[in-house]
Amino acid sequence: MLRTIGVDTIEKLFESIPSQWRLDRPLDLPPPAPEQNLVAHLRDLSRRNLDPDESVSFLGAGAYRHFIPAVVDHLLSRSEFYSSYTPYQPEVSQGTLQAIFEFQTLICQLASLDVANASLYDGASALAEGILLAHRARRRRRVVALETVHPEYLQTSRTLVSAPGMEIETIPAREDGAADLRRVAAALDGDTAALVVQQPNFLGRIEEIEPLAEAAHAAGALLVVVVAEAVSLGLLKGPGEQGADVVLGEAQSFGIPLSFGGPYLGFMAVRSEHLRDLPGRLVGQARDSQGRTGYVLTLATREQHIRREKATSNICTNEGLCALAASIFLATVGKRGLRELAEQNRCRAEYARESLSSLPGCRLPHPGPLFNEFVLEFPREALPVHGALLKKGIVAGLPLSRYFPDRKRNVLLCFTELSSRLQIDRLVKALREAL
Amino acid sequence: MTDKQAAYPTDRHYTREHEWIAVQGGVGTVGITYYAQSELGDVVFVELPEKGQALVAGEEFGTIESVKAVSEVYAPVSGEVLEGNPSLREHPEKVNSDPYGEGWLLKVRIGSPKELEGLLSAEQYHAFVEEEAN
Amino acid sequence: MSVTRIPPKRRQGLLFDRSSEGTRGYDPPALDVPPAPPLEERFVREEIPGFPQLSERQVVRHYTRISRLNYGNDDGIYPLGSCTMKYNPKVHEKIARLDGFAEAHPLLPAEAVQGCLQVMAELERFLCEICGMDAFTLQPAAGAQGELTGILMARAYHESRGNPRQVVLIPDSAHGTNPASAHLCGYRVEEIPSDSRGCIDLAKLRGRVAEDVALLMLTNPNTLGVFESDTGEICEAVHARGGLVYCDGANLNAFVGVARPGDTGVDLMHTNLHKTFSTPHGGGGPGSGPVGVKEPLGRFLPIPRIERREGAYLLRNDFPDSIGRVRSFYGNFGMHVRAYAYILANGAAGLKEIAETAVLNANYVRKRLEGTYHLPYPTPSLHEVVFSDKGLEKTGVHTLDVAKRLIDYGFHPPTIYFPLIVKGALMIEPTESEGIQELDAFADALLRIAQEAQEDPEVVRTAPHSAPIGRLDEAAAARRPVLRWTPGSAR
Repeated sequence: MLRTIGVDTIEKLFESIPSQWRLDRPLDLPPPAPEQNLVAHLRDLSRRNLDPDESVSFLGAGAYRHFIPAVVDHLLSRSEFYSSYTPYQPEVSQGTLQAIFEFQTLICQLASLDVANASLYDGASALAEGILLAHRARRRRRVVALETVHPEYLQTSRTLVSAPGMEIETIPAREDGAADLRRVAAALDGDTAALVVQQPNFLGRIEEIEPLAEAAHAAGALLVVVVAEAVSLGLLKGPGEQGADVVLGEAQSFGIPLSFGGPYLGFMAVRSEHLRDLPGRLVGQARDSQGRTGYVLTLATREQHIRREKATSNICTNEGLCALAASIFLATVGKRGLRELAEQNRCRAEYARESLSSLPGCRLPHPGPLFNEFVLEFPREALPVHGALLKKGIVAGLPLSRYFPDRKRNVLLCFTELSSRLQIDRLVKALREAL
Repeated sequence: MTDKQAAYPTDRHYTREHEWIAVQGGVGTVGITYYAQSELGDVVFVELPEKGQALVAGEEFGTIESVKAVSEVYAPVSGEVLEGNPSLREHPEKVNSDPYGEGWLLKVRIGSPKELEGLLSAEQYHAFVEEEAN
Repeated sequence: MSVTRIPPKRRQGLLFDRSSEGTRGYDPPALDVPPAPPLEERFVREEIPGFPQLSERQVVRHYTRISRLNYGNDDGIYPLGSCTMKYNPKVHEKIARLDGFAEAHPLLPAEAVQGCLQVMAELERFLCEICGMDAFTLQPAAGAQGELTGILMARAYHESRGNPRQVVLIPDSAHGTNPASAHLCGYRVEEIPSDSRGCIDLAKLRGRVAEDVALLMLTNPNTLGVFESDTGEICEAVHARGGLVYCDGANLNAFVGVARPGDTGVDLMHTNLHKTFSTPHGGGGPGSGPVGVKEPLGRFLPIPRIERREGAYLLRNDFPDSIGRVRSFYGNFGMHVRAYAYILANGAAGLKEIAETAVLNANYVRKRLEGTYHLPYPTPSLHEVVFSDKGLEKTGVHTLDVAKRLIDYGFHPPTIYFPLIVKGALMIEPTESEGIQELDAFADALLRIAQEAQEDPEVVRTAPHSAPIGRLDEAAAARRPVLRWTPGSAR
């Protein structure tokens, strides 16, 4: 090969790199590991985490433990799907394109809205993108958000929308954990682009979306509904039919493992009038010269590679394979399955809530309709109790002080279809002993 | 449109940004030229200003999108927008098929007719296009 | 006379077309807790019309069939320039699925996730060494998000000195994410032209650098596959006026182990784990775009950051100058694990060999094709080479047609029409994962197509002929967009 090129050593091919920068030493890295050693080392590292077989977890708060049917991973492992690139050449990417078209449809169906994109990075950055969309659509600078939107989503949004000059004002919830409609209405003004509410909210409470939609629209703002626990959409109304203009959030619950926080799956659906402001990729139907139906990336003029600095977003690579996982998951559980899955989550959470409320000294600070999470208050500080249970292999939810330093006695607990009665009873018993 | 007369009709003025303006009684009809639409490719979407909006000569007033590109369009003269072409919403392809007729973009009430003097004639524009192509 | 007719291939159709009422693929376990009192009706949704109802078998058939409509990296060379479509090691898939990683919840206390934190901390250290930077964040979920993170940090740096400045300079050969990211951070973008080598025009840059310039973003090697050898002078010029230099590390595969971006003087950079570090592209992600910085900028890195104290790893949020968060949790950990394994498997020698082979392969392909295809810049190529369709005009065949005809030869087309500074660009990056047989077959096909353009241009202009579908009417698709299936829609 070198002969064909016309040089005698490979070094000559690097002559364009000035010699002062060419390394005269090997990089300081561990020696190469053959596959056997590599696997042993990584397996060892994986075991330095809490053993999922020896523990039971009631932790949610934006990342959810759900059952993933075996078909999801099996189909995802087809290298035609995972090793291919973004489908810029539609003739050889119809598999990916059709799967995204189906994903877009599924999200629209669940959100009860008109159009959805091919995915965003995660729920947090999806919210930031949603705020920027509202800014484009309404040309206003303020956003009013409930404090009960996931704290990391708000934090991310603040980082990402500050440069375009947007401000986010947060409104505390009522005592019972639900949105305070009067305070919300008072905060909305003629410079508000969007009202943001999470459903169910971070404290687990189901919100009343219709009155919030009315309040937002009366002020000329968009209503943005954030969903962190996507399985809830199997039971709850699609926010689009309750007046939401944008429904966005996190779809990790649909067949994507916890994986220490990523990769996850952001999604966004909007009313058709906002189509041209939608960030991210879009797949549309098209025909070839023989009239055959196919799928193609479309409306690319919104995106970075064409619009460059005037693009709706800078997003390029998104979460394509995760969107595929979610589609396979939804196709497998299906209409009835998703509904039953959602109902199971709720039944287990209600059973847990009932059992835990009877613990001496404990109370439920936010009574009201829930989906699969709720807050429990201990008679004393939560962190030591949480630590004691962790030693027994029980993850008693999330101590809220992680995000709200003054809520030292609260934990946020989550119950999914994987939380068996036995496990819930074990949690109750362990807490009774610890308190 | 290989006919020079059809590609560069003499009954209107042109700009270096490849727009044309045809004036009748203080009202100008604005569009993009044959050359512009052929460079752009199949037009899929046209974004136009609202009725009543002010136009400033030389400033961007809208965009034309094809599948692979977006082009800004610039006002040839200053004035007030009377109407954007309503049929382009459903049929943006008219910009390609009939750029000087049914593919018109908007009608403007001309603010100062003096501005027309700074624009190009069909001959001048044709020469400009030939130069650009080389 | 009899004619053998091959029946037309069965079209798979959409999930929704295949649904039938009452079918299901999943049975939830029996409810072992008492059923809850029903939720108030105003919260509860009605059945979704047209939501899929399929058996497991149907689901498997559906996705298996449509997967076959794809050309994947395991099918053959995937020579997309700037994408680095290298082999995805299969052992990574096994490792990422280890229960201890796959089931780790991001909000578990640090003592319960020491293994995950160790993977991330060590990966950060490896990337510092490989890139010549002082600190890294693994939080950005893709290269574009990495750019955004870097620009936000540059902005925070300038704000801390009293003036955020207004302008970001970007070469005209840059990837579209660069100006888009800069704009999202509130900066005005100005282009610096490329010179006859295809590199940043140093004189023009020197002429433009001023106190209003916050940042220069460069890609090295640039999108033509050419090393920006003036980077030293470029950094000096920008630094002299108080600005910073950002390196888009998308093309790191060209010189990993041979040289380090940090040593050339840049202040910030990102790298793409789904390019140089082999994590799968997934049909459009997930990716990962870690960002590295030189020390004075460390305090602006996103939080939380991983620290090692007394032999244990922990997460720290107490960095008051941090720009905050760019996504939830810690980034795409699944990709971190794979990249970490890749670096361990290769070691220093392996990484260097990767760059050497990538550059060798690209130069080989260049040699075989130059003379037939037009080479707009004679400058030496590193890991990718850009040709154009100049010279084919008389035949009426354009870059697009060449790309589509390659499909008939069984290859995925290279990147086309990028970078923008080359009209009709054809950007080829073979990567190190191809042997000479595949490279020759690919080059042979392109040479044949050039011949076909002379002898039979029509067959090239109407290609592909053998793909599952022909060229799609993208204009019609954009004019009347159909972006979802609806019940009752015809196909």
